[in-house]
Amino acid sequence: MAGTTGSSTSEILAVEDVSVSFSGREILRDVSFRCEAGEFIGLIGSNGAGKTTLLRVIMGLIAPTSGTVRVAGKARSSRDPLIGYVPQKIGLDPDMPIRARDLVGLGIDGHRFGMPRPTAKRNALIDAMLDAVDASRFADARVGNLSGGEQQRIMIAHALISRPRLLLLDEPLANLDIKGEQEVVRLVARVAAEQNVAVLLAAHGMNPLLPVMDRVVYIAGGRVASGNAEDVVTTESLSRLYGRHVDVIKVHDRVLVVAGREDEGLHHPESTARAGLA
Amino acid sequence: MIRASIGSAIIEPGFFSSSPVQVALIVGSVAAFVSGVVGVFTVVRGQSFAGHSLADTGTAGGSAAFLLGVSPLYGFIVMNLIVAGVMELIGIRRPRGRDVATGIVLGAALGLAALFLYFDTTSTSTTGATINVLFGSIFTLPSSMVPVIVVLSALAIGVTLFLYRPLILSSLSSDLAAARGVSLRLVGIGFLVALALAVSLSAITIGAILSTALLIGPAATALRLTKRTGAAVVTAAVIGVGATWLGVLLAYDSYYWTPSHRGWPVSFFVVTVVFVFYLVVDFAAGHHATARRSVSRGAL
Repeated sequence: MAGTTGSSTSEILAVEDVSVSFSGREILRDVSFRCEAGEFIGLIGSNGAGKTTLLRVIMGLIAPTSGTVRVAGKARSSRDPLIGYVPQKIGLDPDMPIRARDLVGLGIDGHRFGMPRPTAKRNALIDAMLDAVDASRFADARVGNLSGGEQQRIMIAHALISRPRLLLLDEPLANLDIKGEQEVVRLVARVAAEQNVAVLLAAHGMNPLLPVMDRVVYIAGGRVASGNAEDVVTTESLSRLYGRHVDVIKVHDRVLVVAGREDEGLHHPESTARAGLA
Repeated sequence: MIRASIGSAIIEPGFFSSSPVQVALIVGSVAAFVSGVVGVFTVVRGQSFAGHSLADTGTAGGSAAFLLGVSPLYGFIVMNLIVAGVMELIGIRRPRGRDVATGIVLGAALGLAALFLYFDTTSTSTTGATINVLFGSIFTLPSSMVPVIVVLSALAIGVTLFLYRPLILSSLSSDLAAARGVSLRLVGIGFLVALALAVSLSAITIGAILSTALLIGPAATALRLTKRTGAAVVTAAVIGVGATWLGVLLAYDSYYWTPSHRGWPVSFFVVTVVFVFYLVVDFAAGHHATARRSVSRGAL
């Protein structure tokens, strides 16, 4: 289904042969994948693999060197209300005089000029959204004084209140402990299901996402492999992606991806070994 | 009876009926109000250094205006707008670029200021130029300037309120604002224009050197007092206006209680009031926060 050509009515995002270069350096190469309405996709890769660049291309903040991005079947415009976004490393300034509920309200109309006009309808919408992310308790606190996990909830509410069809989250699990990771993942999955929003969540490791993830987009060295986790996260598939041998080890319900030895190069063992020595 | 005698002890005779005092109170209030409103966003955007630099570079414009025989206000405004434009061009939006841009432009403009102030002081007709430009001229402003000052203040406040929501978003996170389709360039330039106007108005009141105090002080105090943006803006404006009134009053009174009846400058009093009030609020807020932390720890 996901791999068929053309835009089916339920397809929310189509990334086709996207390449991005900055001053001669290639960040993304021929990246293609699709996302159906309501799907939960994990965008998995290490630091510098190109996750943030890919998200910025999808949002239209970076123009791809080649390739296209379509959102709900249309070439994307510079601001697409169909996309909600939670940036990485939020760390809001504790001096910023703004309450959590005000920040959520800016998700409705923060791009408009002038001052916000609080109406009963706007307030009700904000209260409902705060409730959906379990943030009512600290709705009136100064947002910069909240913990990382609490700020995360507020940012998710901010991103979702304008009713997007696709939610992009850039490393929302960074700096959280295992319990915090599970809470955020469960929250995103639950709210996304309630509002029928597709999710593309960027993370280092896929284990926290395994219980909720429909598909994985694995990114390494600017290239991606996408599909069901069982198909993509295999020794063969990831070795092809990395261009060198990696071992995929399954322990209980968890997955470990381990780099192989230098002399276990995939196609040209000798040349890889020599390159390793040089 | 008691209240009346206290009142007359604080407010020396002839305070409200004096024409320079009336002009000073109007201009001072308007300038302080604008500085408070713009100051809140200056602080949360981390542009205090840019604000102070605009004040310093404005001295080049103010001193040039004296040479041309026009009000220093026009000199401040023209210079500040030029400097704000150059800062934006050099790259004030990048964190490091912002510091470098501000520093380079500041140095160049202060060189000009040195030259113009030299000309001002060596030409006999404008001996008071240096004092006026650097430390303000609130008691010597002609009342004909009042309408101009009011219009420029309305413009600065109008720009700030027009950009209100995108300004908050981009102050929180430029990524967040960009994702919502906010033009960071438009917001950045628009705000610098408001900042340039606010600093110019403040410079005419308490002087180019001291205008930072009116821009940053009330705003910083307001940030300790409230958790809502709108409330912070209003609080900062009220603190600024209050400090200016108190400063003007104390300067007027100082004629009576200083030895040899030489009144002290209004700038000194305004800045001192702002600073003392900040210290009091900061101390009280710090106390409050410590108490709250220990309570929440106790709850755990």
